[in-house]
Amino acid sequence: MATITLDNVHKKFGDTEVIHGVSIEIAEGEFIVIVGPSGCGKSTLLRMVAGLETVTAGEVRIAGARVNETEPMDRDIAMVFQNYALYPHMSVFDNMAYGLKIARVPQPEIRDRVAAAAEMLQLEAFLNRKPRELSGGQRQRVAMGRAIVRKPKAFLFDEPLSNLDAKLRVQMRLEIKDLQKELGITSLYVTHDQVEAMTLADRMIVMNEGVAEQVGRPLDVYSNPGTEFVAGFIGSPATNFLSAEAVGESGRGAAKLGIRPEHARLCKPESGFVRGRMTYAEALGAETLLHLRLPDGALFTLRQDGGGSIPHEGDDCGIIWEERNQLLFLPDGGRL
Amino acid sequence: MSGMVEKRGLSYWMIHAGMILGVLLIFFPIWLAFVASTVSQADIVKPPMPLWPGDQFFENYRRALFSGVNAPVAVMLLNSAVMAIGIAVGKIIISLLSAFAIVYFRFPCRQLVFWLIFLTLMLPVEVRIVPTYEVVARFGMLNSYSGLIFPLIASATATFLFRQFFMTIPDELAEAARVDGSRPMRFFVDILLPMSRTNIAALFVILFIYGWNQYLWPLLITTDPQMNTIVMGIKQMFPSGDDFADWPVIMATSLLAMIPPVFVVILMQKLFVRGLMESEK
Repeated sequence: MATITLDNVHKKFGDTEVIHGVSIEIAEGEFIVIVGPSGCGKSTLLRMVAGLETVTAGEVRIAGARVNETEPMDRDIAMVFQNYALYPHMSVFDNMAYGLKIARVPQPEIRDRVAAAAEMLQLEAFLNRKPRELSGGQRQRVAMGRAIVRKPKAFLFDEPLSNLDAKLRVQMRLEIKDLQKELGITSLYVTHDQVEAMTLADRMIVMNEGVAEQVGRPLDVYSNPGTEFVAGFIGSPATNFLSAEAVGESGRGAAKLGIRPEHARLCKPESGFVRGRMTYAEALGAETLLHLRLPDGALFTLRQDGGGSIPHEGDDCGIIWEERNQLLFLPDGGRL
Repeated sequence: MSGMVEKRGLSYWMIHAGMILGVLLIFFPIWLAFVASTVSQADIVKPPMPLWPGDQFFENYRRALFSGVNAPVAVMLLNSAVMAIGIAVGKIIISLLSAFAIVYFRFPCRQLVFWLIFLTLMLPVEVRIVPTYEVVARFGMLNSYSGLIFPLIASATATFLFRQFFMTIPDELAEAARVDGSRPMRFFVDILLPMSRTNIAALFVILFIYGWNQYLWPLLITTDPQMNTIVMGIKQMFPSGDDFADWPVIMATSLLAMIPPVFVVILMQKLFVRGLMESEK
């Protein structure tokens, strides 16, 4: 267990800077999720903490000690890779024990620690199998086991669930969360999936184009996005953006108005803030997503409970929301 | 499988008959050589040539193995084996290491080094044989195993093959090993080597036969009959001018020369196939 500190960390590949100065303090035992679209630099940031990429400028500290020049093995971290990176010719046991063997941990202790991790992950029956004889979820567990047996200062996860099918992803997500709570090891988790970010994180870092746009607790980030990008990226279906002018909100210099699908309601065409023509509805059972075409051609998504009445295709509707729920953004994307 | 069994009709037998005929056709010269190695010299030169084995089998093979024409075949077989194994093992070790360096380390002129190695593909032994001979002679390696082996050990082909194979191994594996605390040579021995064993087995077969069949190089640098290799030895048994040729012994030698490569192919094929099946997902 340890704190991790990123202090104004920059990364350049050749002449292109991909990380433009990220700073965060991670407390002991905290679960931090870095989320962002592909190419935003989130994996690079994680790999810098791991020591697999050099740090161009700034400082990475683990447990208070600067590790910029330290090899990955000496940072006392464990990493779970997207494609698991299991050694194909080794049994599950050997895969988990490899790091300990290199560290010259005595044989009996290796056996105990692997056995304990295998029990925790329900892998006891597979210890003698090779990775190719395992299913995706089991391989994922082996990769987790390899990280656990090391008893590292920190876990680093690089999109560990993106190769699993949807159902398994949900299940593994819960297991990871449980395990992290139980072991209390500081964790840094990279994902492009905002559901994973929302459910796993104690705090999350929303990254965009090499900048940490917002750091905060998931629900705070959701209800109070700091920038237009965060409002659009976090939440599914995504926040609707309208030009502030169209809804008469341009007064204080706002350029855009964001409204989440669950905050908007339908009403009579003449009493709505904007009008929309019903295009199609997705009835998902518990909820229904209504897609309306606005006069400027953009689509507006509105979410209502499954029981509500659904307008016919082509009907003109008004859209209304409570003013406290609207998010106003400046022309540069910042929050008003 | 069941589908294949049900197709046993006339065509099945026709195809088999055709294949057996083909095999017999290819096997016939070897059979003739075998027959020739079991009869006496007089039987061979008297037409028509015999088609069934004679009674001189043990006599001819004993003469070939222990006295031969210039040097006993047993000695030549040993020389060939040392040379072929030396070349195959040496080539594999060197190409594994150089491919490892080229793929996993960033050093200045990495691409240049790779292309230099690749360039040597275009220079067969025969082209550089005179300067190579000069070098080997000055090192005093004529008539020695090291002289037979070392000049043939560098291999662009094998380096290239291992490079291609290493490049298919995901980077994450190397990174996982780094995080696990494995230093480069440890990664090489613990991870890369076991993963390459199928390729190593296949290359060993090819390189062993390459080494075994070397003719020109041993002919040049071995003048002592005790250092002759089997392939050049056979050629030297042929009579020059009006000399008398001991055909039964020559044929026995030829057959003996075939046994080790065949043995290696069969032995390694098992390893090779097992390796293939194991790496299959």
